[in-house]
Amino acid sequence: MRFAIVSRRKWFFLLSGTITLAGLIVMLIFGLNLGTDFKSGSQVQIVLNQPFNAEAVRAVFIKQGLPVGPEGITAAGTNNQMAVVRLSYPLSNAQEGKLNAAIKASFPKALVPPEYSTVDPIIAQEQSQTAVWAVLLASLGIVIYVAIRFEYRFAVAGIAALLHDAFIVISVFALLRLEVDLPFIAAVLTIVGYSINDTIVIFDRIRENLKGAKVKTLKELETLVDHSLWQTMARSINTVLTVLFAAMSLFFFGGDPIHNFCFALLVGLISGAYSSIFIASPIWVAWRGRAMARSQQTPAKA
Amino acid sequence: MIKWGRLTTFIVLVVAIFAIVISTSSMLYKKIPLGLDLQGGFEVLYQVGNSNQTITARDMSATVAALENRVNALGVSEPSIEVENGNRIRVSLAGQFNQVQARNFLSKEANLEFKSPTGQVLMTGKDLESNAHYEADPTTGAPEVAVQFKDPALFQAITQKYLGQPISIWLNGRMIDNPVIKDVITNGQATISGSSSAQAAIQLAELLNAGALPFPLHELSSTSVGPTLGQAALHSTLLAGAIGVALIFLFMIIMYRVPGLIAVVALIAYSYVLLAVFAGMQVTLTLTGLAALVLGIGMAVDANIITYERIKDELRSGKSLQSSVIAGQRKAIRTILDSNVTTLIAGIVMYGYGTGDVRGFAVALIASIIVSLLTAVLLSRTLLLLFIKANVVKNTWLFGISRKVANPS
Repeated sequence: MRFAIVSRRKWFFLLSGTITLAGLIVMLIFGLNLGTDFKSGSQVQIVLNQPFNAEAVRAVFIKQGLPVGPEGITAAGTNNQMAVVRLSYPLSNAQEGKLNAAIKASFPKALVPPEYSTVDPIIAQEQSQTAVWAVLLASLGIVIYVAIRFEYRFAVAGIAALLHDAFIVISVFALLRLEVDLPFIAAVLTIVGYSINDTIVIFDRIRENLKGAKVKTLKELETLVDHSLWQTMARSINTVLTVLFAAMSLFFFGGDPIHNFCFALLVGLISGAYSSIFIASPIWVAWRGRAMARSQQTPAKA
Repeated sequence: MIKWGRLTTFIVLVVAIFAIVISTSSMLYKKIPLGLDLQGGFEVLYQVGNSNQTITARDMSATVAALENRVNALGVSEPSIEVENGNRIRVSLAGQFNQVQARNFLSKEANLEFKSPTGQVLMTGKDLESNAHYEADPTTGAPEVAVQFKDPALFQAITQKYLGQPISIWLNGRMIDNPVIKDVITNGQATISGSSSAQAAIQLAELLNAGALPFPLHELSSTSVGPTLGQAALHSTLLAGAIGVALIFLFMIIMYRVPGLIAVVALIAYSYVLLAVFAGMQVTLTLTGLAALVLGIGMAVDANIITYERIKDELRSGKSLQSSVIAGQRKAIRTILDSNVTTLIAGIVMYGYGTGDVRGFAVALIASIIVSLLTAVLLSRTLLLLFIKANVVKNTWLFGISRKVANPS
């Protein structure tokens, strides 16, 4: 017998629960590190192509009469050669024009014009709400489909794994104080798509093995699901490896503007593969096992 | 015995795929519109009118039309102007142009009014032909804008009525000129002075030609990316994508050998068809769209992996190569359909509900799932079946499992 996964489910629930809880606590205390996509003001992302000192960047802005808060400048990108400057006020078109020239004068290697984004608070709020609703509605659509094709317990377990993955990524970003912006939302959406796809393949095998099998006890159910997990293990690993190849090369070679985005993808893909095996299927077993116990008790009493 | 007919069909198919891909993919690639994050440009979300104004659908289309005129005057190719949430307009312009000037030009008001000494509006910018142009005053050299009225008779009547009186010219509620009518003008031509510089006069002429905006526009959000930055992002993303795809190919060939090679052919076809879909439907490719494509490649590969693992299972149970392939493919297809449909549902909901970037992501995801079902399933299955039936390979090692397991004694 190979390593039994399902019977050790408490440990996996504990592990995921701990990470989620830690993320939640950090989020409640410090909040997410929101970029201007979700907060009003302006953000300037400058690919400087050289190591830099935050004070030198600040000086460029101050010279244009643009104050920058004490923690308004951070380094990002593959080699920390991209400066992300956040301003609590919106930049005007004319100010952007002046900044372009000033940046080029102080940092000749910089790619100018840089990326500017400015957002009104109402829009910022709407964008984050739209993203959350998109994920929730997509989940609902998936629940309905999976409930029809499989059974509702599979649907709910799959969604639990999906939300788990989205939450793990959000937690990691909260813990590491990485910035959350619109591309981050796209990364979470990608992870949601991958996670459910990955889980369904395993559920499909469980469903197939259940056909014709006479499962009477929780122990037998655990064995059957373990068997299904191991049957699909090569596929689960190989598939996540291929997707990780793509995500990793984007992370290492994809350039500064998508560095954070790719990091979110990496975390989410690993979490997605993990949760399909160690969270989704065990949840289903626990739930189905309870229902089995109940239906066996009823005839005994009657 | 080798069945040459089937083998020839197989080889012809593979060669045809490569020939089409190699000969036309660069042409297709050039046709794909790139988003502003990949080639530079800007996107602005405008609110039309002030918050206390009621804006009807007709007002919105008039504003969109006015914006289109202005974008055309800028000469930017493939602009995208979309109405969102009733009273908002999202304008995206990608390409190489002076962003600061262009953005300024888009939302600048050009409400020109000609008023009588008593303040009565006699004519507006709408009465002008769209051939206003800059001129230097012949005597003083001061910048002027030469305009032509659509109805010379109306202008003649006005100049007759107000002969010897000043007619003031107002731009956006500010008086810029106040000339006294000295003669009755019959040819409908006039000049507007009062511009601060030649450049200002040129811009005023362009704005007059593009027409006034029916409502003031307020910028709610904006993103701009410099062209060099956008190109750098495109180059590094393409490089990274190529490395990633090469790794996937290598992995598939090492893990699954002969079927792995066939999967690679199918993946090349997948990428090509997707390229054609993007080019044909003029789907704008953005960085988030690229992320969806990464996921799409992963799912396309997954379809192959699911099938090949099934085939291995069948081989291990002692079936012949041919029946293993047939049985494995049959069992895999349902799994592949269920998992893809689930992700497809997520994509469709995101498309219906999302805006901007979320929508771009959804379009790329939906396209890649449909294309991957066509290539990674249909094409890959056909190729593998043809190859197996050609009876060239008998060694199960070439299918990724050791001989020992394949031939249980």
